[in-house]
Amino acid sequence: MNLSAIPTVALVGNPNCGKTALFNALTGSRQKVANYAGVTVEKKEGLAELPDGRRLRIVDLPGTYSLRARSPDEAVTRDAVLGRLPGEPAPDVILCVADATNLGLVLRLALELKTTGRPLVFVLNMIDIAERQGIEIDVDALSRALGAPVTATVATRRRGLDTLLEIAAAQAAGTSDLGPDLWREPSAADVRNAHRAARDLMRSAVRPPSRPDTLTGRLDGVLLHPAAGLLILLGLLFLMFQAVFAWAAPLQDLTEAGFAALGAAATAGLPTGWMQGLVVDGLIAGVGSVLVFLPQILLLFVFILLLEDSGYMARAAFLMDRIMGGAGLHGRAFIPLLSSFACAVPGIMSTRVIDNRRDRLTTILTAPLMTCSARIPVYTLIIGALIPERTVGGFLSLQGLVMFGLYAAGILSALAVAFVIRKVLWRGGSEPFMMQLPDYKIPDPVNLLRNLGQKAWAFISRAGRIILPLMVLVWALSTWPSAPEGAEGPAIAYSAAGRIGHWLEPVFAPIGFSWEMVVALIPGMAAREVAVAALGAIYAVGGAEGDLAGVLSRQWPLASGLAFLAWYVFAPQCVATLAVVRRETGGWVWPGIMFAYMLALAYLAAFIVHHVAVAFGLG
Amino acid sequence: MSSDALRAAPGSAVRLGDMQPGFRGVIVAVRRPSGSAAGATDPEELELRLLEFGFVEGARVEVLHEGPIGGDPIAVRVDDMRVALRRNEAMNVILTEASA
Ligand SMILES: Nc1nc2c(ncn2[C@@H]2O[C@H](COP(=O)(O)OP(=O)(O)O)[C@@H](O)[C@H]2O)c(=O)[nH]1
Ligand SMILES: [Mg+2]
Repeated sequence: MNLSAIPTVALVGNPNCGKTALFNALTGSRQKVANYAGVTVEKKEGLAELPDGRRLRIVDLPGTYSLRARSPDEAVTRDAVLGRLPGEPAPDVILCVADATNLGLVLRLALELKTTGRPLVFVLNMIDIAERQGIEIDVDALSRALGAPVTATVATRRRGLDTLLEIAAAQAAGTSDLGPDLWREPSAADVRNAHRAARDLMRSAVRPPSRPDTLTGRLDGVLLHPAAGLLILLGLLFLMFQAVFAWAAPLQDLTEAGFAALGAAATAGLPTGWMQGLVVDGLIAGVGSVLVFLPQILLLFVFILLLEDSGYMARAAFLMDRIMGGAGLHGRAFIPLLSSFACAVPGIMSTRVIDNRRDRLTTILTAPLMTCSARIPVYTLIIGALIPERTVGGFLSLQGLVMFGLYAAGILSALAVAFVIRKVLWRGGSEPFMMQLPDYKIPDPVNLLRNLGQKAWAFISRAGRIILPLMVLVWALSTWPSAPEGAEGPAIAYSAAGRIGHWLEPVFAPIGFSWEMVVALIPGMAAREVAVAALGAIYAVGGAEGDLAGVLSRQWPLASGLAFLAWYVFAPQCVATLAVVRRETGGWVWPGIMFAYMLALAYLAAFIVHHVAVAFGLG
Repeated sequence: MSSDALRAAPGSAVRLGDMQPGFRGVIVAVRRPSGSAAGATDPEELELRLLEFGFVEGARVEVLHEGPIGGDPIAVRVDDMRVALRRNEAMNVILTEASA
């Protein structure tokens, strides 16, 4: 199929006007998501088919208020519209998508889009809500004033799509009479003039709502209330944690059992030897250890999508802005950091909601310090083995207290790191926080499921493409060379990983790590919780963690155990996180910086903890 | 233009960044912030952002809510749209109080 023969239609509009919903409705499942060359902005395109068989190539672009780009996302929108992207011709038609209940700003954008000389179609989306509110729009007057066809749609109900496609195809067919591209970076005076023109347009073509939306105002009265609003936000967070940790558990057990069964079947079906090891310990166990987080991640995304689609997310950012701002983080960093308690991978993926590049990078760099669920197996094992089951202060469990301390250490160090990044990396004042607070909406279930499916697939395919090869590499390092006949001790001691462990031992001696602990860190490179399995293999005990805890409690000095815990507060070992940072930042520079600073902090923290503990006689 | 606008309406011109919830007014000027008030963003950039969010001379503004800590940021209605912004940036929006 020759794609270049199919006219290209670009969707441009303010954030939250329903562009993505419209894109999904127009293209159905015929879409692909890729990255624009050289930038990290997601590029979504798909094919729409008219009843008569004609086709249009639809491109969804990041939301913007102006072609004057403020963020990398907006720069993509500008460059795509102006045909400045390498290998991407300017679109044949621009669909300017508008939230019909909120036309003021988008009319100014439409006037700016007109200056590019490209054929324009003005789409009054969310016309259902406008009708409900009794907003009257004189489509003919608007069309005349804009010099472009105007049509109404309801993206979530698939209303008005055929007419829209018909108009777009007709506009594309008439592309021969393109106007000249007169667009230039608008000055403040230009923006003022365009606003004036847009306001005149509004006055002549739009009658204000006869039944204005009062729900949003009433809800905001509660949800943005200085006390009640914060309490509700905390309640929602509690519910989210509850969901991620308690409700996901049965599904996780099921996933785990599934992979265990798969492993057992493969063990039975394959002849003993390295092939079996590769498939069972490398592939199946490797992918399983990542996919076991899928239920948590899906639940988390359900919450986040619900909060986003309903319009609440902007309110959460509003409530948290000052609290986060103290550490130099943007209000919008709140949700990505929260997500990172489950797993830093979806957390880092959701930093896309932060439009400023610096704020986004700060958030990405600090997200892995949140105690993700992969650390929990490590914490549980070491705490269970080394911290006595005692109560302190009458009712507090010492073990629980240590666990809480580890979480708190993660949060506090994230705030401290963000603060330092602000002071060292990008000095100067903070970026302005300016954000539209969209009207509340009841989330559309079909739209939600589709978005959820896309996120789930992104996670699964990443597990396949990036994590899998690395798991195999780590497995190979821990397997070869194999132990000689009649060798003493665990086989892993003779492998490349074991040798590296012995070789690195002097480096880790100052922080109280034995060579066994160092070896466990190496397969643990793939994912933090793999360290538990590695310790099991090293101490050659059966899978039962109880036994392993017993061995550790006899063999590890308390000071070393505490240092190991301190290490894992910062431990940079998570291939999935580093890979997603590479993807989101478009290179190895930022994952490199992240790895280096986390490694340095891990070493420093373990060093301090070890020496303080020894000084207190816990060695 | 900003100082002219301030002088043109003596006594009644106020800065959006100083206002409390319940205040209603009309924008008489959007200033280009001077020096450090602009933070990391250059002054023209901030002025443009304010303009692009609808803070433009003649727009009606109502302060709706303020943040839980230090009353910052604020949520305001600009014509028909709700926008959240920090008081620091809102200092560049000059208004006169609406009569009723
Ligand atoms: N009632 C109604 N809701 C819509 C319509 N189009 C989109 N939405 C909802 O508006 C919200 C924002 O849509 P989205 O596509 O994410 O906006 P984008 O930021 O422009 O991509 C979502 O909750 C959609 O379900 C519509 O035509 N009618
Ligand atoms: Mg979108």
